[in-house]
Amino acid sequence: MALTERGASDLTMREAARAESGKRVDLLLLAEMVAPGSRVLDVGCGDGELLELLARTRGCDARGIELSREGVNASVARGLAVIQGDADVDLGDYPDDAFDYVILSQTIQATRRPKWVLEQMLRVGRRAIVSFPNFGFWRMRLDLVMNGRMPRTENLPYSWHDTPNIHFCTIRDFVELAGEVGAKIERAAALDASGHSVRFKMPWWVWNLLGEQAIFLLTRKG
Amino acid sequence: MALIGTASVEALQPEALARGEADRPHSAVVRFGPDKPLSLDAGGVLTPFQIAYQTYGTLNAARSNAILLCHALSGDQHAANVHPVTGKPGWWETLVGPGKPIDTDRFFVICSNVLGGCMGTTGPSSADGKGKIYGLDLPVVTIGDMVRAQAMLIDHLGIEKLLAVVGGSMGGMQVLQWAASYPDRVFAAMPIATAARHSAQNIAFHEVGRQAIMADPDWRGGAYLAESTSPRRGLAVARMAAHITYMSDSSLHRKFGRRLQDREGRTFSFDADFQVESYLRHQGEAFVDRFDANSYLYVTRAMDYFDLAADYGGVLAKAFRGTATRFCLVSFTTDWLFPTADSRAVVHALNAAGASVSFAEIESDKGHDAFLLEEPEFFAITRGFLDAAARTVGVP
Repeated sequence: MALTERGASDLTMREAARAESGKRVDLLLLAEMVAPGSRVLDVGCGDGELLELLARTRGCDARGIELSREGVNASVARGLAVIQGDADVDLGDYPDDAFDYVILSQTIQATRRPKWVLEQMLRVGRRAIVSFPNFGFWRMRLDLVMNGRMPRTENLPYSWHDTPNIHFCTIRDFVELAGEVGAKIERAAALDASGHSVRFKMPWWVWNLLGEQAIFLLTRKG
Repeated sequence: MALIGTASVEALQPEALARGEADRPHSAVVRFGPDKPLSLDAGGVLTPFQIAYQTYGTLNAARSNAILLCHALSGDQHAANVHPVTGKPGWWETLVGPGKPIDTDRFFVICSNVLGGCMGTTGPSSADGKGKIYGLDLPVVTIGDMVRAQAMLIDHLGIEKLLAVVGGSMGGMQVLQWAASYPDRVFAAMPIATAARHSAQNIAFHEVGRQAIMADPDWRGGAYLAESTSPRRGLAVARMAAHITYMSDSSLHRKFGRRLQDREGRTFSFDADFQVESYLRHQGEAFVDRFDANSYLYVTRAMDYFDLAADYGGVLAKAFRGTATRFCLVSFTTDWLFPTADSRAVVHALNAAGASVSFAEIESDKGHDAFLLEEPEFFAITRGFLDAAARTVGVP
């Protein structure tokens, strides 16, 4: 569904869910994957919302990298340690095993080198958590098939020629990439369009169809 | 506008005023006698010596709200008050004060004149223990010496741990040195527009300045105070050359372009036809009125010698190993004297040391000087960082 078709006063299910708890559901789900008291690096941390959640509710030593100056300012004002930088370049500067978790939340599709970024995450951190919009989601497919145009959704409202999202992937694509970089999938979750987790066990192709977003917890193999 | 070299009687008055500041400054002074010598990196000790400092705000009962400001090469302790020699506002008055990002309603802010300076802390224009002006007999001092002296001042003020140490340029070098030398005494560190070592290019610029001073016949081998002369031309040229490095090409262009100074056309002479020339001459003249030429030699030398990694086996990360200090570094996009890469090198080392570090590069066309000017994003990040530090420590 395109954003333009939605009335300005309409609330998406996700926004409704957020309004209720004050937090995005995907962030809460993501925070659940992080062991309390661990060292965390959030790559593309925005205004530091997830980091603050992790610091407050999980007692984490939470650090971040963020490209936008506004995001860095907001994060520093929250008392977080955030570096202005570019995941595509600056992840290389971190020493091995510096963190327990390296998180990439809704950002992998905007990186220039997703594979390199994922490899670096698994070098810098013992675990990597990646959440991303699933381009295999049925509405995306329908949009492309029915309208013959690049899909636009409420979460991804950009036109094809003016989007920071240059490397979209589907859940199946990501599972393949995880295999290529030698990562083991510890946990995975998919969120449906209403922001609810697709709970029950299903084959990947079902998740790939029903999941609007996916979250993966990866570790290094061996 | 007066040309360099023709020092009028009026022009000498502020200079005489500045000289008076060396021994009897318009600041609080703490004197360290023979029982408290300052050991120097050059070897030996300095004794007796004194530190002149300003404070703003009130130290709380827990002594937990103290912030030390470290000034830059041409700065002094008058960060947020009217300058006693120039009558101008303090160099950081936009940042420091009641309700400002460094809020003197909340924090007890300290700023001291650096060792080697000329505004009341012992420097080459100060008298030694026997009443003779040091001149070049003062040992060469380092950033490490400056910080060791500041730590003695902080001891004297009864402060165990500073909430924050904040400074730009050479002040930022002192901040890094503080964090490396006294990690347990610094809760938060804010090094701004600075580097962990002075670059070859920057040493080169400093050498030009020093040579200009030493080439002035009135310098008298450094003994100009005893001989009642003043190397005004040399120091003014040093300041002019340095001032160019503090600005960006675009800010010079925006301020002056190729505009002429109070004239219709070119004079076909070597007079200051261009506004930018006139501006630089004015900067040089004004500086001479408040700064001591030998201090300029000593303080630039201290910056040149600064290489924090060298003191830790060449590995900067080792300077910060195990530190609990939280850092916030800031650089400015058009600063070519201390470019962003210098700050990033420090960030890299802090990351390698596992330190808590924030970093932002602020968009500004004002070059290195941006750290002294009102830059809203810089102010916002300073406020946010110090506010978060204060919250964590429990400073209301």
